[in-house]
Amino acid sequence: MKRRYLDYAATTPVKKEVLESMMPYFSEVYGNASSLHTFGQNAKEKLTESREIVANTVGAKTNEIYFTSGGSESDNWAIKSIAKLNRDKGNHIITSKIEHHAVLHTCETLEKEGFEVTYLDVDEEGYVELDVLKDAIREDTILITIMFINNEIGTIQPIKEIGAIARENNILFHTDAVQALGNVSIDVEELNIDLMSVTAHKIYGPKGIGALYVKRGVKIIPFIDGGAQERKKRAGTENIPAIVGFAKACQLAEEDLEEHVEKLSKLRDELIEKILGSIDEVKLNGPRDNRHPGNVNVAFKYIEGEALLLMLDAVGIAASSGSACTTGALEPSHVLMSIGLGHEIAHGSLRLTIGDFTEPEDIDFIVENLVRIVKTLRAMSPLYNA
Amino acid sequence: MLYTDIVMDHFSNPRNVGEIKDADGVGEVGNIKCGDIMKIYIKVENDVITDCKFKTFGCGSAIASSSVTTEMVMGKTIEEALELTNQDVVQQLGGLPSVKVHCSVLAEDALKVAIYNYAKKAGKEYKGLKGFEPSQLSHEH
Repeated sequence: MKRRYLDYAATTPVKKEVLESMMPYFSEVYGNASSLHTFGQNAKEKLTESREIVANTVGAKTNEIYFTSGGSESDNWAIKSIAKLNRDKGNHIITSKIEHHAVLHTCETLEKEGFEVTYLDVDEEGYVELDVLKDAIREDTILITIMFINNEIGTIQPIKEIGAIARENNILFHTDAVQALGNVSIDVEELNIDLMSVTAHKIYGPKGIGALYVKRGVKIIPFIDGGAQERKKRAGTENIPAIVGFAKACQLAEEDLEEHVEKLSKLRDELIEKILGSIDEVKLNGPRDNRHPGNVNVAFKYIEGEALLLMLDAVGIAASSGSACTTGALEPSHVLMSIGLGHEIAHGSLRLTIGDFTEPEDIDFIVENLVRIVKTLRAMSPLYNA
Repeated sequence: MLYTDIVMDHFSNPRNVGEIKDADGVGEVGNIKCGDIMKIYIKVENDVITDCKFKTFGCGSAIASSSVTTEMVMGKTIEEALELTNQDVVQQLGGLPSVKVHCSVLAEDALKVAIYNYAKKAGKEYKGLKGFEPSQLSHEH
């Protein structure tokens, strides 16, 4: 059976060119970048070059990029650093209700340590409203952390405006840009970003490597004590093959950005239109425009997401859902609840995320099967009266 | 895969899906908040369940639990059917992941409520229903 992967927002396959770029750094150029000898210096040279590439991709300077294990680490590091180093200035953090758990749970941990956190409501398309943000700012606010693009419903936030508000009020601004890198053009200077989390595995790079951008002058606490790696902020021998792969993925993403966005948006729009056009009582979650180019999130009334995923998987379609049953949680996705979906429809949500290896003919296959599966499950549902 | 082949078989080819228009007993349990609602219909003749159908809103294991339950009680006397426990359902399905065991509880309860409904209407009393009160069921998990 041909399997179709529609879960690029969860992770992406490593591209051939990326894998090839990494290969020499396992067994040929394997030196420790901290060593003085040629083995070490060859590794170090590649580390420096890779850091430049990653920095250039987001409009940062080389010494503003710290390599990390990925998005969750970057989020933890950024938020905890700013909170702990600015306690003399204030105790208040602003975030939104639809952040990734790496941000939400970090904020909850800080609350236990005495920080106060405001979780902003979002509108029904998932946008943080600028007036609501302004109203939440207090004398003692030290950090605003708002994600660039939502991982579930694809909403692209007005990052530049949020950054400007933070700057006007002398508040630091962090953004989790894990879903944004490679899908929108990012220039940290232009967008008024002070700290930003990114990761390689959402842009066809390897897992376990990411970065934190920290604007020059903004202080962070050492995340791992030990050697002098990452400007003495994160000790441990660098994972050169992963870093090289991340840089290659960034380079490809930047080169292909326009083409990638155009191709994905077209497929995304076609998929959305065909689903909405061929199934009744279905809702698109997130905005119609200004959304992640590969994100489709719909909710079908009267059916439950896990059953839907199992039936899709049976015909080779890999997708994801915000239903409680798929995650073992008691409640459906916090993002779907925050945009005002009722339980009866949030349980029936389906996320299909398109990527570079999605083929145009996949769209009709997905829609045909969805129509059939939704009909089957509704026929079984006590909530549905045909 | 998360589920056994038996669960997947019952999920993919559920037995006895549907409503019984002139059912003798109907039981509905679960709630929309948790994402599982199960409705079981029974037809009874001379204290024997002659037909049993279900409708379920829920995940794969909820659908499979309903399906296997309808199969297990078909042809049984009411008292025999009342002996069915959620553990029997789990066993018949070759096991359920621990986070999904509540689906088998829903199936046991939906069946009991259907029998309770029948007993009330028919003015009958059964040993297995002693102390059973549908309003006391809790399906918050």
